[in-house]
Amino acid sequence: MKLIFLLTALVTVGSAIATVSARKILHAALWLVLTLLGVAVLFALLEASFFAVVQVLVYIGAISILIIFAVMLSRSSLVDEGSQTHRRWWAVAIVLLAVVIAWVAALSLWPNWSTVSAALPAGAGDLATLGKQLVDPNGYLLPFELSSILLVAALVGAIYTAVEKKAGQA
Amino acid sequence: MSFIADPINFIARWLTAVLTGWGASASVTQLILFIISAGLLAMGPLVFTILLIWVERKIGGRFQDRLGPNRLGPWGIFQPIADMLKIFTKEYITPIGADKVPFNLAPILAVAAVLAVWAVIPLASTVYGVNLNVGAVYILAVGALGELGFIMAGLGSNNKYAMLGGFRVVANLISYEVPMVVILLIPIMFSGSLGMNDIASSQTTWNVFLAPLAALIFFITQIAENARAPFDLIEADSELVAGFNVEYSGLKFGFFYVADFLHSATAALVFSTLFLGGWRGPGAETYPVLGFVYLVIKSAIIYFAILHIRFTIPRFRIDQMMNFNWKFLTPLSLVVLVATAVLDKLVPIGQTLLRVGVMWAANLLIWLIADQIVKRVSKRQAVPEVAQPRPLARPPQVKTNDATGGEA
Amino acid sequence: MIPLSWYLILAAVVMFIGLYGVLTRKNLIGALMGIELMLNSVNINLVAFWRYLHAGKPEMDGLVFVAMVFVVAAAETAVGLALIISAYRRRKSVDANDMDLLKG
Repeated sequence: MKLIFLLTALVTVGSAIATVSARKILHAALWLVLTLLGVAVLFALLEASFFAVVQVLVYIGAISILIIFAVMLSRSSLVDEGSQTHRRWWAVAIVLLAVVIAWVAALSLWPNWSTVSAALPAGAGDLATLGKQLVDPNGYLLPFELSSILLVAALVGAIYTAVEKKAGQA
Repeated sequence: MSFIADPINFIARWLTAVLTGWGASASVTQLILFIISAGLLAMGPLVFTILLIWVERKIGGRFQDRLGPNRLGPWGIFQPIADMLKIFTKEYITPIGADKVPFNLAPILAVAAVLAVWAVIPLASTVYGVNLNVGAVYILAVGALGELGFIMAGLGSNNKYAMLGGFRVVANLISYEVPMVVILLIPIMFSGSLGMNDIASSQTTWNVFLAPLAALIFFITQIAENARAPFDLIEADSELVAGFNVEYSGLKFGFFYVADFLHSATAALVFSTLFLGGWRGPGAETYPVLGFVYLVIKSAIIYFAILHIRFTIPRFRIDQMMNFNWKFLTPLSLVVLVATAVLDKLVPIGQTLLRVGVMWAANLLIWLIADQIVKRVSKRQAVPEVAQPRPLARPPQVKTNDATGGEA
Repeated sequence: MIPLSWYLILAAVVMFIGLYGVLTRKNLIGALMGIELMLNSVNINLVAFWRYLHAGKPEMDGLVFVAMVFVVAAAETAVGLALIISAYRRRKSVDANDMDLLKG
């Protein structure tokens, strides 16, 4: 169990670093896919199998493919040679490293820091319960409906923004 | 349980007994059995593909009034094996400037995505890879991995035709995923579970009787997901060179080839599990081996239907394909989903005949309305006439009264 | 078994790698990938908290929030990429340094 976690964490962090540092943006997108796959494995380790599968479906099947499409559509301007990062990247790296160490140190004072998980009780993580809570007026009905409106708005907005306006049209 | 009724589990129990007899602990035995069964489940379909290729070529030949493979062995049955040997010995060619890792990873992903579907399909009441409680979503997710394989093949090849082909196939797959996901909700709704085992075993009445229109839409989307004719314009030989796999050679091309053939059989398997009751049939519960036979028969019929469509219907243009999906299938599947959900709650579960009757009536009504709308719209968007009809050639001595020279 | 802290440390590391990407990438699409990494690290935390601290309780707040994050991520990517493509059409560049129309 620990071994699987450590391997997955290594792959996830390694490919995340590659995502932000790869010179070719296309390679960065492919490394991002590996990171997302690692997160899906982590979800499976946490016994949230539905979200592991949805992670693969939504992030890899939709989002990363969308990103690859966008990379290809804007390819002609990509200069893969030369620095792909801001010129003071080392300053950002040092500051963020300090912040992450401080953050983890602060968190380690929290009493639940080294909680070990109990065995998952029967029925916990049941999808039917989750679904009922999503459409329960006392539960998450409002966020659920709002998120569906958000999706429709994003759909319409994305199409309107990205579509090429022909000459003669407004 | 005897050997005849349930051979797989009989062998598994026998192996367990043998291994524990040799002094292996229970967990080690479990692990060995897992490895053996996973290997069988992965290798079985791949070997099965050899037969599939022969079947498809033979049936295709008959459809086109040819003999099909007929030289090697009885009825040419060893032809795919000879092809396989040929493909093994071919040279691998990596184009200059290709992105090596995506280029080499893509064929593996393409095959793995198809094979992974077999893990959750219940082959009989007692024989299945794993009873995943999110099996239906899992099938969609591994389909997404396959898409990634195609796009990696297109991008890694350093060839603009491969890239165009990769974009076309992914645009096709993503678009047709939308009605497929919507329709997939209907069997899930009927069985109240996302697991493929529960979906198969809950179908005392086959879902195709309860949701005929949904089954039809799912069938169409499965053909499109498989990129078979009439949706095969991604490898349209006359327009694109060969699609995303143009730069592949040898066994790497063979991987895509196998993935393509195996995918249509897998689509038939998924369809029979979701809509035709899977392994269900008379006596399948007591004799699981019968369930396997039923599943094979059902899948074979669906597979033949896929082949029939492939060899008889001409290819769509890309705009027709996208219009068909976004302006027809997607709205229709949403309407069917809502109608089925409402009627499912209105008609009590017990009365099977009434349920089937009401569902068929509703589906027929939806179909008629959709048909009328399509007719109206297509009449409004009439194709402009660009030329006069050409007079037919006829020998000079034949006299007809028809001014255009129509057939006498 | 794995203590909760391991997941928290991993999520924090991924979070700040994502932030690093957002801050330093010149390419706008690269910055968007950094945002995806940050959202994913939040998801790891949410699922881990649900699993370790809430698994026995009937409310599934953690998982509901993960679902919401999926929705937001999908919407964010769609709109973000549409904006990038639109900007690319006008300025023939996806470099963040070139988007300086408001500079005096």
